[in-house]
Amino acid sequence: MKPFTTVTGLAAPMDRSNVDTDMIIPKQFLKSIKRSGFGPNLFDEVRYLDEGQPGMDNSQRPLNPDFELNKPRYAGAQVLLARKNFGCGSSREHAPWALEDYGFRAIIAPSFADIFYNNCFKNGLLPIVLAEDIVDRLFQAVANTEGYTLTVDLENQQVITPGGEVFEFEVNAFRKHCLINGLDDIGLTLQDADAIRAYETRREQETPWVFGHIR
Amino acid sequence: MAGKTLYDKLWDAHKISEREDGTALIYIDRQLLHEVTSPQAFEGLRLAGRKPWRLDTNLATPDHNVSTDLAERQAGVSGIRDEISRIQVTTLDDNCTAFGVREFSMNDINQGIVHVVGPEQGATLPGMTIVCGDSHTSTHGAMGSLAFGIGTSEVEHVLATQCLIQRKMKNLRIRVEGDLPAGITAKDVVLYIIGQIGTAGGTGYAIEFAGSALRSLSMEGRMTVCNMAIEAGARAGMVAVDETTIEYFKGRPFAPKGDMWDRAADYWRTLVSDDDAVFDKEIVLQAADIEPQVSWGTSPEMVVGVTANVPNPQSVADEDSRKGVVRALEYMGLQADQPIESIRLDRIFIGSCTNSRIEDLRAAAAVVKGYSVASSVKQAMVVPGSGLVKQQAEAEGLDVIFRAAGFQWREPGCSMCLAMNADKLGQGEHCASTSNRNFEGRQGFGGRTHLVSPAMAAAAAIKGHFVDIRTWQEGAA
Repeated sequence: MKPFTTVTGLAAPMDRSNVDTDMIIPKQFLKSIKRSGFGPNLFDEVRYLDEGQPGMDNSQRPLNPDFELNKPRYAGAQVLLARKNFGCGSSREHAPWALEDYGFRAIIAPSFADIFYNNCFKNGLLPIVLAEDIVDRLFQAVANTEGYTLTVDLENQQVITPGGEVFEFEVNAFRKHCLINGLDDIGLTLQDADAIRAYETRREQETPWVFGHIR
Repeated sequence: MAGKTLYDKLWDAHKISEREDGTALIYIDRQLLHEVTSPQAFEGLRLAGRKPWRLDTNLATPDHNVSTDLAERQAGVSGIRDEISRIQVTTLDDNCTAFGVREFSMNDINQGIVHVVGPEQGATLPGMTIVCGDSHTSTHGAMGSLAFGIGTSEVEHVLATQCLIQRKMKNLRIRVEGDLPAGITAKDVVLYIIGQIGTAGGTGYAIEFAGSALRSLSMEGRMTVCNMAIEAGARAGMVAVDETTIEYFKGRPFAPKGDMWDRAADYWRTLVSDDDAVFDKEIVLQAADIEPQVSWGTSPEMVVGVTANVPNPQSVADEDSRKGVVRALEYMGLQADQPIESIRLDRIFIGSCTNSRIEDLRAAAAVVKGYSVASSVKQAMVVPGSGLVKQQAEAEGLDVIFRAAGFQWREPGCSMCLAMNADKLGQGEHCASTSNRNFEGRQGFGGRTHLVSPAMAAAAAIKGHFVDIRTWQEGAA
């Protein structure tokens, strides 16, 4: 996983509430057995005018001119501004894979759906919750200022505007530690192997029917 | 000290250790696997040179993109026409073989939608922690277990460690009190709840569904309700154990037997919230207020009773919500204030992990019997949730009723719920669907989904538009 420390990048708007993971990456692209290559199909149904299929040459497809991310001014954006309940619906990790593959490193919204929020951290993507009025102001600033960039400083848990305004955000300490160091949390859990085995031994006495029954 | 909620009990029983930051290492009793969210997890194990921590906790079955067409199914995995679907199903078979995971493969009679197969086999039991790389894993909470959907990285984490690092959720109890009016099903109850609390109403919570109306539901009905907890934003939904729960598991293939059964049942009976348990939030709804529900928009919270009209954006005060309503009406091709009963349907889908169990098929068949699908309906399909559900339905003659009415009788799988296989809506088509999500494009590019109960979908198939199931005359022919 790519470590995340500080990112300064162009901000781009996704001005809709309840953006679901079907919208982030439609199901036909979930047939891939890989973790990469989903970026060109991020937001496929609103980004292109035709119906996308795996294996298509996306550079030849008609773009939806009304979709914000298609505007040249947002090319190369790394920070996505979003509305409430972003990432609701399916648990597909393909959603953060697609956002990360497209080039986003952080998403700022007033709220996120639980599973999506959790999945982001496994993929070097930082979901940031800021108050609704602050997010509103950032949307306005992005719309009014071409080339508007935001700095996300994970160490200090701050979003910093070009004018030097600072917004603090909350993040769980363990997740922060893993993200900053690009750590694989399976390796960390396996350090507790003895505790896991001790639990299994105890539970096998208490609820033996749970153990050993699918063969 | 205050008593514990059901969720508190399940959490405490599976907590291995707690960390300073409030997260905990939680033991996972059961993982269900399918072809879409597992290949990258197995690949991750392979790349890291890791083995599954335990094998006897996992059960796999392909469901998301298998064909539901009999001829294509009979041709076997090598006969799957879509090449990338074939690779994905083959990859699941290969991974299960290579790692030694038990699998009900595509043409096994036990194959089906993971959330139908788990309980039906007794592979998911009360008191367990259950995960799957699928958000509708909340279904299994119906039996008094802690069940939730996870991403692929966590699928790999559970394979490798049998654990997850989790933060405890808050407790929300939703009580639905009173007798359910005639014609009102579990699906109407859960759609009504989502309509009341919104798609983010349960975010951050584990929901316990309770109250006399919930208690009166069968296990199948409770599964329908818990299945859609995620549509209310909650990763986990659950119902406390009672005799209905215990009766359901008696004799299931993987359920305990003999003395072990008695011991298990005694333990399961403790899986209820204590009388003095404290919930962070409680919502009380009245069963008498619930009408048959129909979703009109592109989010499950955009739902109304069948006798209502499509909302008018002008009557929505909040600007953000109003924009959402305008966009949804445009996508759905509906007019403000249009009666729900005037919505005409192009396709009918009865199936999915929400509503493809035997009770659902019986309810739909009872409506259909003696009638024919309206000529304006292009396709009406019934997709049983598993090979065993299909077998049972055929033993009861339900397939004959459906076919006689003009329905297609398909092979088990997720099918048109998410349209990863050939079963999908065309652009602009309206579908009465017993599935769980009406998002833009969910059932096909430009497709328009209306979420309803099996009986409501069946009646809509016959009339070609929505009708109030409470006025339905059974057995007209």
